[in-house]
Amino acid sequence: MQRIGDAPGVRRTLILAAVALAALFLLLPLVAIFAQAFAQGMGVFWSNVSDRYTVAAIGLTLFITVLTIPVCLVFGVALAWLVTRFAFPGRRLLQTLIDIPFAVSPVVAGLVYLLLYGRNGWLGGWLDGHDIQLMFAWPGILLVTIFVTCPFVARELIPLMQAQGSREEEAAVTLGAPGWTIFRRVTLPNIRWALLYGVILTNARAVGEFGAVSVVSGAIRGQTNTLPLHLEQLYQDYNTVGAFASASLLALIALLTLAAKATLEWRAARQEAHP
Amino acid sequence: MSIRLHNIGKHFGSGRQRTQALEPVNLDIHDGELVGLLGPSGSGKTTLLRIIAGLEHADPDGGARILFGERDVTNVHVRDRRIGFVFQHYALFRHMTVFDNVAFGLTVMPRRNRPTSGEIRARVHRLLEMVQLEQLAHRYPAQLSGGQQQRVSLARALALRPDVLLLDEPFGALDAKVRQDLRRWLRHLHDELGFTSLFVTHDQEEALELSDRVAVMSNGRIEQIDTPDAVYRSPANRFVFEFLGDVNHLEGEVRDGTLTCGEARLSVELPDGSEELLLRPHELRLASAPTPEAHLPVTVTATSPVGAEVRVELAADWLGEPWLATVRHADYERLGLTRGQRLFAIPRRWHRFPDASPAPALSPLARAA
Repeated sequence: MQRIGDAPGVRRTLILAAVALAALFLLLPLVAIFAQAFAQGMGVFWSNVSDRYTVAAIGLTLFITVLTIPVCLVFGVALAWLVTRFAFPGRRLLQTLIDIPFAVSPVVAGLVYLLLYGRNGWLGGWLDGHDIQLMFAWPGILLVTIFVTCPFVARELIPLMQAQGSREEEAAVTLGAPGWTIFRRVTLPNIRWALLYGVILTNARAVGEFGAVSVVSGAIRGQTNTLPLHLEQLYQDYNTVGAFASASLLALIALLTLAAKATLEWRAARQEAHP
Repeated sequence: MSIRLHNIGKHFGSGRQRTQALEPVNLDIHDGELVGLLGPSGSGKTTLLRIIAGLEHADPDGGARILFGERDVTNVHVRDRRIGFVFQHYALFRHMTVFDNVAFGLTVMPRRNRPTSGEIRARVHRLLEMVQLEQLAHRYPAQLSGGQQQRVSLARALALRPDVLLLDEPFGALDAKVRQDLRRWLRHLHDELGFTSLFVTHDQEEALELSDRVAVMSNGRIEQIDTPDAVYRSPANRFVFEFLGDVNHLEGEVRDGTLTCGEARLSVELPDGSEELLLRPHELRLASAPTPEAHLPVTVTATSPVGAEVRVELAADWLGEPWLATVRHADYERLGLTRGQRLFAIPRRWHRFPDASPAPALSPLARAA
């Protein structure tokens, strides 16, 4: 049987075009990052990476990420559970609201937080009165990072939990299992791959977030500079090698994330076949 | 343990979208009885079963009460009701082996009541032996056939020795042969272990074969509850009659003791007026000549000689919907039935359910027979 587009000429052209585009737009920039980072040798790369401010930026980025993930995890699971296991008025509206952080530009999100929590903001005045500073400090960075990343876990879980239904949980409760046991022994094992996948996406986004963070951080070197912000400052200072050294770190995290994601997908597919 | 239901009603939604899933229902199930809830989809039978299980709640107004023996479980949570529940699509834990599925109920018991792991292992193996699945203990549900999965789900439900076993369309998703086997097997198990069971089905044959008593439901009401024999032979109303088997309709005008419909005539002892008579396929005889009482000319449109009897489809100008008759193989051969053949249908008996009076009326022919 001759399928549409199965002529050898068409096939070869399409494959060639896909490979060429992928190389040009995806692979080449990646290679360029590492080439630039190591352009003046290993020593210069290392001195850039071990620079006091770079280390501080790496530390802050990891700190924010480590705090963001559990919050998003709990929020995502709770939300997915709520939306897929209960019928209540406003359920559809809630499902739409989850997507707001995806729909809104991160810069706008940062500005909104600044407006609310900044010194002259609606809630900022009260906070200032109690000597609590959110903006231009790490709590502000954490807040906007959570805002930007919170939909990932829920988005992964909702379709899966909808498809699986609540029959297994009902079976567990008729067998006398308490709520927490049901979650731990029935719900969680069924959603674990989607959950991990959501965490990986959350992690990738939290590490790389620029727009929202740049508005609320104040970019104080060694204090409120995350890795992406630090990278941009280095570039503005004409320290190309330094900028690309930082960029290579971000790219490395991205590659590790991709590898983890691919491994998970492979394992999940294998689980499907042989649970 | 007996089950007593008092005023169990249920509605979904509110305002204009309010639908009554269950009109207040009363039902007594005796200790050790196997009762079938039979009805078409949307008749409220699954809702009733889920309310008994505690997976759904009856409307609080109207004094709904559920008693298991002397124990009032109306406000008892599902997990404390001590019921076994078997789901239509098995609902096995897909990430656990057969063994772990069956053991689940025992392993989640509070630590002070929980049997030791040795006891659990012994009990699970006994249960698996009972459902004839010991050799599959380490398989996962996805590696089992539908019938095997349903047996695992039964073993899982029985692991905690429940007083009451509730089954929601237990054989609905299985093919005919497996369904037959499992049905018989469940009946044996029930008689052997002596629990009280209630099962939901939309399959008349299944309900009539398996149950001690059948509750026929429609539109959230129990239309009749009685032994299979009584439900089949003296249906309480037209719905029960029509739902329990194939039905042929004969509509016409009665004048001077004769019902006329086109060229069809049938002697009936009924007052003048329009009438609708109902006939079962096995209550029709086919003959090459009419009788003085019945002149019902029909044409054979199809025959299906499968099973104990031959199913014959009949059509005629005076019939809205084709009729179905079941005849013995001997008669089938004697009449030499072929498609297109013209014959006469002769009813042995007929039934009528005038809308005004719920009491069934039988034909004089039936009383004679």
